Amino acid sequence: MDRDKVLTLKDLTKEYDSFKAVDHVSFFIAPGEIVGLLGPNGAGKTTTINMILGIVKPTSGTIEILGRDTKDCYPEINSMINFAAVYAHMPANLTVRQNLYVFGLLYGIKKAKRRVEELLFDFELEKFADRKTGLLSSGEQSRLQLTKALINQPELLLLDEPTASLDPAVSRLIRRKIVSYAKEHNIGILWTSHNMQEIEAVCHKVLFLSHGRILLEGNPRTMPAEYKKKDLEELFIAIAREPLIFGNQ
Amino acid sequence: MKLSRTAAIFIRQIFLISSNPSRLVSIFMWLIIDVVQWGFISRYLSSLGSDTFSFITVILGAVILWEFMSRIQQGILMGFMEDIWTQNLINLFASPLKIKEYLTGLVMTSFTTGIISFLIMALLAGAIFGYNILRIGLLIIPFMAILLIFGISMGILVITMIFKFGPTAEWLGWPVPLVLSLFSGVFFPISTLPEWMGIFAMIIPPSYIFEALRAIITTGSYDYSIMQRLTISAFLSVIYTIATSILFLHVYKKNLEKGNIARFNAEAL
Repeated sequence: MDRDKVLTLKDLTKEYDSFKAVDHVSFFIAPGEIVGLLGPNGAGKTTTINMILGIVKPTSGTIEILGRDTKDCYPEINSMINFAAVYAHMPANLTVRQNLYVFGLLYGIKKAKRRVEELLFDFELEKFADRKTGLLSSGEQSRLQLTKALINQPELLLLDEPTASLDPAVSRLIRRKIVSYAKEHNIGILWTSHNMQEIEAVCHKVLFLSHGRILLEGNPRTMPAEYKKKDLEELFIAIAREPLIFGNQ
Repeated sequence: MKLSRTAAIFIRQIFLISSNPSRLVSIFMWLIIDVVQWGFISRYLSSLGSDTFSFITVILGAVILWEFMSRIQQGILMGFMEDIWTQNLINLFASPLKIKEYLTGLVMTSFTTGIISFLIMALLAGAIFGYNILRIGLLIIPFMAILLIFGISMGILVITMIFKFGPTAEWLGWPVPLVLSLFSGVFFPISTLPEWMGIFAMIIPPSYIFEALRAIITTGSYDYSIMQRLTISAFLSVIYTIATSILFLHVYKKNLEKGNIARFNAEAL
């Protein structure tokens, strides 16, 4: 058992009929490490996250979470991980407090009510606690999703575009919350985003995914220079346009 | 199975129902209308003249029991649809929640609303029409238990269809009680049906219940054939529940392979 790594993917592959959504993807995340998963739409980022969450079954390859092969461990293993995604809304017809309490029970939190109150305070959601979730602004909903994602104090956090469609001020607030939480609790994070500045600011390592395959891997702050590009965004565009060139490197 | 996770599904539904009066109305209003309407129809039929046969006793009792079963089936469907409408399936199945715990939570919710519905209908029938559902004696317990089990199996069947064919298959689920009522002898004896429908009725558990109910009320006696009918009905209901549960788990696993749970929100299926 490899407890030095929060997450290890080995040759992870997902095929739909003849289409390979994810093609032999391998990487790991160490405790305290934030890894960015980049790629154009349809590159396989969300499918990779969904396989780690256990809601999509891989065609082949292995997923290890905290050294445990997850093959026969779902859904119990999900008590150690959590996620927030732009497409996974919290039920709009429950209040913020009700939603968090229900997820507290789902994740087996002892003294769930107390944990919910702590989180409401930490994420400055107290004044919205009894408001229906559907009435919150996008920024408040994102904060709530993040709050739910931390309810079980996960050792691995999966964030699929957590700041998409948010204004810069709210994005920065959410980023800060996540980074400070990661540092404080030494958790591993897999973070997808189309905001290259965000990735550069928070990630220790990035993986460029295209057509289901990892084309490049490295430090987001040094990679652009290594590939003779002005910045990460330029590198991203070049990879998205001409994946075959980078695929051979 | 962990109780807190099953409770989470139950509590979520209770939060939903209690926070919105229109949901309460949608659950109970139709039942009330059904009881009142059938009560008056039965009273009218009785007034046409039959001193030896009480329409109210036969029809109203059948309506109450049938609505109880329908409430169980639709309670499971409603709970499942809530999770689809609110795009919550991905949150649920990406948590430690086991599929069996999810199903149990839905059944607990539908059982609770089913029992409350039954009590409301029974009280209403008593208050307006002087009908006492308990006049069939302790047999009410096995009758309701069997209808509960069969209602659960039908609830699981319709959510399996939705899981298999996508959210747009929802419309298949709502009319199930209506279709089944044709073959269940709720309002008329099975012998009234054409032969082919009668054959089909033999594999529908409630048909034995309603035949037994009529026999008890018309003859006033509890003979061996009642027990025989109850046994067959219970056996069939358990078989249906086991079969539909296996089918649901199978479809769930297929959905994991096809990646459908993650895409279910989009109604793309």
